Order: sequence, then structure tokens, then C-alpha cells
Amino acid sequence: MNTFKDAGHIFRVAIVFLVGGLAFLGVRASLVPKSFGQYGHYRADALADVAARPVIFAGHQACEECHVDVLETKKSGRHAHVNCEACHGPLANHAADPGSVQPPPLDTAVLCIRCHEANLAKPKSFPQVASGDHSTGLPCDTCHRPHSPAITDGDKTGETK
Amino acid sequence: MNITRRHMMLLLPAAAIAWKHVLAGTPDASPNYRMTEHWWGMLIDLPKCIGCGNCVRACQTENDVPDGYFRTWVERYHVTDYDIENPRVDSPDGGKKGFPPSKEEGGKNFFVPKMCNHCADSPCTQVCPVGATFISPDGVVLVDKKYCLGCRYCVQACPYGCRFINPKTQTADKCSLCYHRITKGLTTACCEACPTGARQLADLKNPNDPIHEFLKSHSVQVLKPNMATHAKLFYNGLDGSVR
Repeated sequence: MNTFKDAGHIFRVAIVFLVGGLAFLGVRASLVPKSFGQYGHYRADALADVAARPVIFAGHQACEECHVDVLETKKSGRHAHVNCEACHGPLANHAADPGSVQPPPLDTAVLCIRCHEANLAKPKSFPQVASGDHSTGLPCDTCHRPHSPAITDGDKTGETK
Repeated sequence: MNITRRHMMLLLPAAAIAWKHVLAGTPDASPNYRMTEHWWGMLIDLPKCIGCGNCVRACQTENDVPDGYFRTWVERYHVTDYDIENPRVDSPDGGKKGFPPSKEEGGKNFFVPKMCNHCADSPCTQVCPVGATFISPDGVVLVDKKYCLGCRYCVQACPYGCRFINPKTQTADKCSLCYHRITKGLTTACCEACPTGARQLADLKNPNDPIHEFLKSHSVQVLKPNMATHAKLFYNGLDGSVR
């Protein structure tokens, strides 16, 4: 019965495999992030990474906290559902620190045309003008008040913004 | 104990690794947000789109998208009366600066905003070899910039052409549905900037979201339904010529 006479080399191979396997598990445990596989085949911490971006557009709720008067003016006009930052641009900085960060001034001659310049591809019900013919180059806020743009008799008094 | 050169050799890398963890810190969490309570999508009400490009500009500002690349863009379709199969489509600079006047040549013209469809069975996440892109538990298709190799599998897998390789990071980039905003209770930048309400963020798990009433009362379509991606970008009034 000398079957296991030379079994030593089998054990040596087994030990090499065991050590190799343990080394693999150790390396994998140290390289794969802990959150990997928490929700699926990805790093769960990536969700927090993506969500950590700073906000640039404050959102109209932030504007309405202070500018109640503008909200009141808008409510009755055609621009009631146009959010503040659609025209005023991104203002999260201003919302976070209203004292020192002032919104940039707006040029109605550029802003209004973005939406209201006539184009055949726009919905027919949307109010459109050929700006050259309509205003002969005058800025839109000469006649219209952007927050409530319909022209009424009271509008000729000069309040523009 | 005297610190020898040998000790320094061991200590320095350990200190470097420890310092990296200190610098990494913990990202801003949103404590009141529960992923399991949301399933995000978006409604695009095409008859309201005026092609002003506000959404494209807002997206580029909010998400720091490089010039010439787009997470969202607007296309203008021109379809002649009898040839719905061959529309003419243009999108100068993604519609970022609006559109030049449409020619008066009959047929019909309309705008179609495009972006990631946040598919529930998305082809792009299935092909990623390293688990760098995934569908979050609240239904948003996201990219893990730290894991992405930039292999471009996902870019070619997206049937809607919504992914690109960001030239700054050399990783895959796409619409994140403003995940940093919606987890804080805000709407996306494109929806915030849309003057006509043509884009509306939709939470399909919220029973009070107006999307449910809208889906019941309108004929709503998704792009390429034949690909069974279960897209969650719902188009109202979608013309058959749109691809």
C-alpha cells in the first residue's frame, strides 16, 4: 500500500491553490468598493456622487419666497405659468445670498424674441410677431410689461419692469 | 522608536491612502429623499413646444455640458404632405440659439425636444462591461464617472443617440434627469426653464402627480416602442414621422 507514498506534492499543489485563492479573495475585497452590489451590479455610492452636484437654477419656489409682488402681477397675466428663470436665467447664487449677488440686467429686445419671433414651426395658437415689422426696433418693454404683457390703458404710465 | 528609511517607505503610502479618504469626505446626502417612493419619467407636450431652446441652454448651464455636446436638444421636423417616411430634420447647434425662420413650402413643421428616455429596460446599461451605468432604484439611468472606462459600448447601444463621450472626462455622459435636483424636491433644469410647460417632470409612483390624469386623457406615445425599451419619456401629439 504505497499509494500515498508520494502524496506530498499533491498537498503542495493544494496549498499553492489555497494561498492563491485566498490572495484573490483578499485583493478583490480590497479593490471592489463596499457599496458595489447594494442595489445592483453597480456602485451604490455613485447615486450620492451624482446627487452631490450643485444646483444652478434655484427654482421658482425660491424666487416666490421673496418676490411676492411679482408673483401677484404675474398671476393675472399671460405669463402666469412662465417660471422666473426662463427669462431671468439661473439664479441659485442670488437665492442663496440675495444681498451681494444681483441678477444681471435683461435685454427685452433679445429675450422676448427668443419665444415670440414668428416661425411656421411654432404652434399656431402661440402669440408670434415678426419683430422687424411689429416694433420698428423699439425694445418690447416700451409698450409691454414682461410680467403681465397684455397692453391696457394703465400701461402707458411708464412702469416697465 | 527611530523611524528608519524602511519605516518611511511603509508609512508614506499608508498616509497617502488615509489622506485621500479624508479629502473625499461624504457627498451631500438628501436625508428626506427615499428612492423607493419614486419612479421618474418625463412628459413632453409637443403641441406646446415653441423651439426657443431654453431647455438646451438651461441643461448646459446646470450640468456643465461642453459646447457642441448635448444632454438634451431640439429638432425641427419638416414633413411634406405625402411623404411621412422622409421628414427633413434640422437642429442647428442643438437648437440652443433657437431656429432660423421655417420656409413656406407647404407640409407641416414642428419641434421635437429629445433627451435620454430613461428606459426601464435600457439597452445602454445592459452592455456596460464594468457596471458603470445603471438604472437607479427610482428609475433614472445614471453614469458612474469614477467607474466608466470610456469604452463607448453604451454610446452605440442607445437607440435614441442620447449618450456621448465627454471630452473633458473621457467618460460616458448623458442626461441624469437632474438627479441632483429631483432628489432635493426641485424639478429638472429644462422643465424649470421651459416657458410653455412643454416639458414636465413626472413621478409615476406618486398618485397625486398630474401625469396620471394626463396619460388617461391623452394619446401619448414613446419613441421607438418596437424596441421594447420601456421608455419613460412620454410624447403627447407625436407625429408618425418622428424617429
